Amino acid sequence: MRRISLALLIVLLLPALASGASKDTKLTLVAYSTPKDAYGQLISAFQKTQAGNGVTFSQSYGASGEQSRAVAAGLDADIVAFSLEPDLTSLVQKKLVAKSWNKDKYKGMVTRSVVVFIVRDGNPKKLTTWNDLLKPGVQVITPNPFTSGGARWNVMAAYGGALRSGQTPKQAVDYLGKLWKHVVAQPISAREGLQTFLAGRGDVFLAYENEAVFAQKKGQPVQFVIPKATILIENPIAVTSTSKHPTEAKAFVRFLRTRDAQKIFAQNGYRPVVPAAARGFNFPTRPQLFTIKYVGGWAKVEKKFFDPKTGLMVKFIGSSGG
Amino acid sequence: MAANAETLSAAPGTRRSLAPGLSIGLSTLYLSVIVLLPLAALSWKAHGWGAISTSQATAALRLTLGLSLAVALVNAVAGTVIAWTLVRDRFVGQGFVNALVDLPFALPTIVAGLTLLALYGPKSPVGINAAFTRWGLLLALLFVTLPFVVRTVQPVLFELDREMEDAAASLGAGRFTTFQRIILPSILPAILSGVALAFARAIGEFGAVVLISGNLPFKTEVVSVYVFGRLESGDSGGAAAASVVILLISFGVLLAIGALRRWVMRHGR
Repeated sequence: MRRISLALLIVLLLPALASGASKDTKLTLVAYSTPKDAYGQLISAFQKTQAGNGVTFSQSYGASGEQSRAVAAGLDADIVAFSLEPDLTSLVQKKLVAKSWNKDKYKGMVTRSVVVFIVRDGNPKKLTTWNDLLKPGVQVITPNPFTSGGARWNVMAAYGGALRSGQTPKQAVDYLGKLWKHVVAQPISAREGLQTFLAGRGDVFLAYENEAVFAQKKGQPVQFVIPKATILIENPIAVTSTSKHPTEAKAFVRFLRTRDAQKIFAQNGYRPVVPAAARGFNFPTRPQLFTIKYVGGWAKVEKKFFDPKTGLMVKFIGSSGG
Repeated sequence: MAANAETLSAAPGTRRSLAPGLSIGLSTLYLSVIVLLPLAALSWKAHGWGAISTSQATAALRLTLGLSLAVALVNAVAGTVIAWTLVRDRFVGQGFVNALVDLPFALPTIVAGLTLLALYGPKSPVGINAAFTRWGLLLALLFVTLPFVVRTVQPVLFELDREMEDAAASLGAGRFTTFQRIILPSILPAILSGVALAFARAIGEFGAVVLISGNLPFKTEVVSVYVFGRLESGDSGGAAAASVVILLISFGVLLAIGALRRWVMRHGR
């Protein structure tokens, strides 16, 4: 018994001793998986700055929704970065992130992207508009919006694309129903979707521009088309209210919005939120680009389309299979 | 999980234990911590039974059960043949083949899925395109469940008294009769153990099937993927509910296989 309590004492004291011995601060970054490479580079860049001197990181990457739930369930995090806003607002509801998280110049966002069509080399089926996807025989691949939070951007891009072409909200919903009849595989995530597409399935893979850039960088025989009307993806980031090192965590987030950091994001295929950082990169603008606000905002959209029981997409994904 | 319960509860304990109280206590404690408590917690979390009464859920359930039974049956035959070859035949590279049998267990199943997709997908180098169909699912599940029957039958076959077979042969029994009357009754309980394990594994498999199936509801979506979808869209109660249902059905099937095995052991010889 005495030995056990002694061991316990040592275990309890160790962290205190360790933190007393050095001034190192360790930040935990909990993020969705696609920007993993970018964050690796960004962290080493941050450590070279004055604010980042002596700050170390432990990093956790996974599906956006899963990461959000892990933090909600008690996973320690100083900084959280997700693929879409609802994953962050659910933490605000649990008081793990301050309500004011999106009250900055960048509205809480750190990167942007757009939904694109990844097609086979040479675009043999000549797919450039949302309506082209309904041509007879066209096979579409998109992750299932119920397993991949990120795929909700695809649904909203298609829906908004139909609205932009002059359709009424009801017609746009019909468009989604027709589109899903062309969906021949519903992988669980974007990366699995890319694997499925590269394995030879489908004519078009709905994805983000950064995923397309990633695939091209890896030398895959694909190209991508940015439809005239598509959605501007915005990825949120926040410092948690439970962070033990809020000063350092905030400094890191501030660093991520500097021009140098945003350039690193751009090199990894993300559209920067700082316009000056985009210089020298090819991020074509589109005349009919729209944001999530245009289709009603996340709160409304989540309920209307993605409620697991009553959402419109429940029916559509069930009728897929072209 | 269910597989553990099956093997542990059915381990033939013919030898008297030295300290029966202690061993029973330890087994109970262990089973509780590792199996029973998590399952109870799962049932506790399950709410929103609507998640399992949808037609999408029942379609996934039916597909998963049908596939798992098919996989278990195919493996019962193929696994026995492989075990037979490994025990009774002598050939060059036997040790190599023997080690090969366990490899599907060592491979992370998601990698297995990726490999199968490359091999039997649209760009198949061998000209077989089974991806995104139920055949693809079957293939993936056969791959990950192969070792079970082989490994349960192998040791029994090895221990089998060959004199019985010789005696049968000397009494004029043909090879088929010898197999049917002498060998099969001895190895059938082991085959059934393997079948139960393969079945349980196939029910819960996720990694190997998630890529190759395409996850189309009503066509190729299995229960594990359906549950994952529920979880990802924030309906953890529904996910738990669907899991409880599949566990209950699996438990029923495993109990039936166990009963069948006991019956075989009592009446078979």
